[in-house]
Amino acid sequence: MNQFNTFLASFKNLTTAGYLFYGLGLITLISAISVVTAKNPIHSVLALIFTFFCLTGHYMLLNAQFLAIVNIIVYAGAIMVLFLFAIMFLNLKEEDEEAKTNVTKMAAVIVGGVLMVLLLSIFNYAPVGTFNPASFDAKTGLVERLGIVLYSDYILPFELASILFLVAMVGAVMLGKREAGDPHF
Amino acid sequence: MELTILVIKSLVILAVFGITLLIATYSTYAERKVAAFLQDRIGPNRAGPFGLLQPIADAGKMFFKEDFIPAQANKWLFILGPCLAMLTALMSSAVIPFGDSIRYASFDVPVQGIDVNVGVLYVFGVVSLGVYGVMIGGWASNNKFSLLGAIRAASQNISYEVALGLSIIAILMMTGSLSLRHIVNEQNGFLQWNVFTQPLGFVIFLTCAFAECNRTPFDLPECETELVGGYHTEYSSMKLGFYLFAEYINMFTSSAIISTLYFGGFQYPFMHQVHDALVNSLGSTVGHNIATGIGTAVLFGKIFFFIFFFMWVRWTIPRFRFDQLMNLGWKTLIPLSILNVVLTGAGLLFDKFKYATWLIVIVMIVLAATNAIKAPRRKPVAVPQV
Amino acid sequence: MLTNRSKQVSNKEMTLAERMYLPAVLGGLAITIRHFFMKKATIQYPEVKRYLGPVFRGHHVLKRDEQGRERCTACGLCAVACPAEAISMVAAERKKGEETLYREEKYAAVYEINMLRCIFCGLCEEACPKQAVYLRHDRMVPVFTERDQVIYGKDRLVEKLDDRYIRNNPDAQATPTEPTLSRSVG
Repeated sequence: MNQFNTFLASFKNLTTAGYLFYGLGLITLISAISVVTAKNPIHSVLALIFTFFCLTGHYMLLNAQFLAIVNIIVYAGAIMVLFLFAIMFLNLKEEDEEAKTNVTKMAAVIVGGVLMVLLLSIFNYAPVGTFNPASFDAKTGLVERLGIVLYSDYILPFELASILFLVAMVGAVMLGKREAGDPHF
Repeated sequence: MELTILVIKSLVILAVFGITLLIATYSTYAERKVAAFLQDRIGPNRAGPFGLLQPIADAGKMFFKEDFIPAQANKWLFILGPCLAMLTALMSSAVIPFGDSIRYASFDVPVQGIDVNVGVLYVFGVVSLGVYGVMIGGWASNNKFSLLGAIRAASQNISYEVALGLSIIAILMMTGSLSLRHIVNEQNGFLQWNVFTQPLGFVIFLTCAFAECNRTPFDLPECETELVGGYHTEYSSMKLGFYLFAEYINMFTSSAIISTLYFGGFQYPFMHQVHDALVNSLGSTVGHNIATGIGTAVLFGKIFFFIFFFMWVRWTIPRFRFDQLMNLGWKTLIPLSILNVVLTGAGLLFDKFKYATWLIVIVMIVLAATNAIKAPRRKPVAVPQV
Repeated sequence: MLTNRSKQVSNKEMTLAERMYLPAVLGGLAITIRHFFMKKATIQYPEVKRYLGPVFRGHHVLKRDEQGRERCTACGLCAVACPAEAISMVAAERKKGEETLYREEKYAAVYEINMLRCIFCGLCEEACPKQAVYLRHDRMVPVFTERDQVIYGKDRLVEKLDDRYIRNNPDAQATPTEPTLSRSVG
């Protein structure tokens, strides 16, 4: 209870960014919870997209513009579109929910509970990252700095990842090529 | 002094917002006029002089139609769809530099909503969100045709985003910045315009812009011969109006982005001489502001040309088939844009040579010419005479 | 092959230039932009009207003869000929002193045309033995909005003496609904 009171006290002398962070955090949590609780899968996906937007907001608060925009492009713009795309093909009738037997419910509860215990213990012991306000450079998250880091310290993994993507793209194009003898549509 | 900047900035943002809406409104009129003129007709000319009040009449009609929500539709998502389409369409014009800067007392306020250093990516992100409006609206209508339109829109947008992004990368490599203002400033001098350094990239970008805007010849999501009305089959009244309006706003934004990325934005030949002459004769404040105004006018000229080009193409080229669309996107544009990136990189590595991609253009022209010469002549079709 | 206009379809492999689409697209754009600057074919209808020719079948008129007498003798042939059964009439006998009004001894006391039924085929004109009923080439039946405006009686059909109608008037290069140009001398 005492901790809660100090928390409330600290709430009074927050900066604008601090209020924004708590507000955004609250919205993020609500939307993340509604991803799990939503009955309709489409609503669930939309809530997930909204959660990604909130995460983008968090990146913005951290002055990481590049990560913020890339988060929107990759997750909200591409991956979630594919999620939505796939879920739109599902038959969303009530009688199709044969997967919700008692056994699956029990299994879900056990797995979820174990995961929660695991995560709690990890966060309990893991060191929380800190920074030195005096020497902190506010431009760390900008795209130029990110590029320099990627192309100097992490050049090998970065290039490997890009080759992987290129191969994947070439593979997609190759899959699309019609071979001799394939039926014409 | 902070306040002055804020006031000028908010005026600029308001102006950008208003101009976007105004141009989108009059694009509907221009579309009908252009369509008519290309078909030897006159087009709307009853509402006001030259039919200039036609958009207002159309909007009035839209507002007074019955706002219908199908019984089995998902009501809230059905309403959310057009709102999202409109929202994402309006967001992307925020980062476009519409002019140099407005000088007031000692401040230079750029004529731009926000100058973020990831401007290109911002546009890209907003464009990739644009498909949600169509998808959610199409799904929520609870109609097979709407759903098919939505699915087409989604697959088309995702496919062409890849080629779109890859074609921009060549520009980013040459500029070394993601800020649109920086890209514009880099293109000073007529032959430095990216359309001359990146001819292939420009064609790819233009094609993908057509596909992202769902404009003919890539308007398969609303293909009325196959899908009744496509994703907006069930929509009526101003909700339909929002969808149609969002398309025109997208057209305006993509025209602005094409002009910015490839046609030097607010730059025009002899800009610096004009600027210096104006500053010398009218003083550094008034002269600079007038020079900025000329630059903005030039940019809008370019934008209007591309809006016209969008319409011109619409009334010239028939719609693609869906497999043709996918073939073009995945098998032609993506490999070509990768080749474009590789050649641009090679050219930049070799003595900062910017015009390397002309090689691809020349090779393609030569190949096409030899192929056309070598190809067996088509037998002239014998038309039996009476 | 009935019209001799059918063309052989060629399924030949496209050349590279054709597969690149761009030359064809540019060609198409050139064609459409040429039309952009062409003279438009539109005639601004209510303001500008086209001459529809001397055989246009418009508003009905019950003719008078040179002395201003009604020509109709109420024989009923037009009503018989009418495929839409739009014409009805009531005949009456000419009284003493009415010779200046009616040309024949029998005349139509009531002559009505239902304009909702009329199809402007002109068969009444063909059938008339007295050259009494004509469809004017220079005037259309105006749009009506009320049901009681639909049936045209003699008041609206009989030729006005100050607004005579002559089919072969060479000056009557008039468009329908423009009465000023069709007024003739006799």
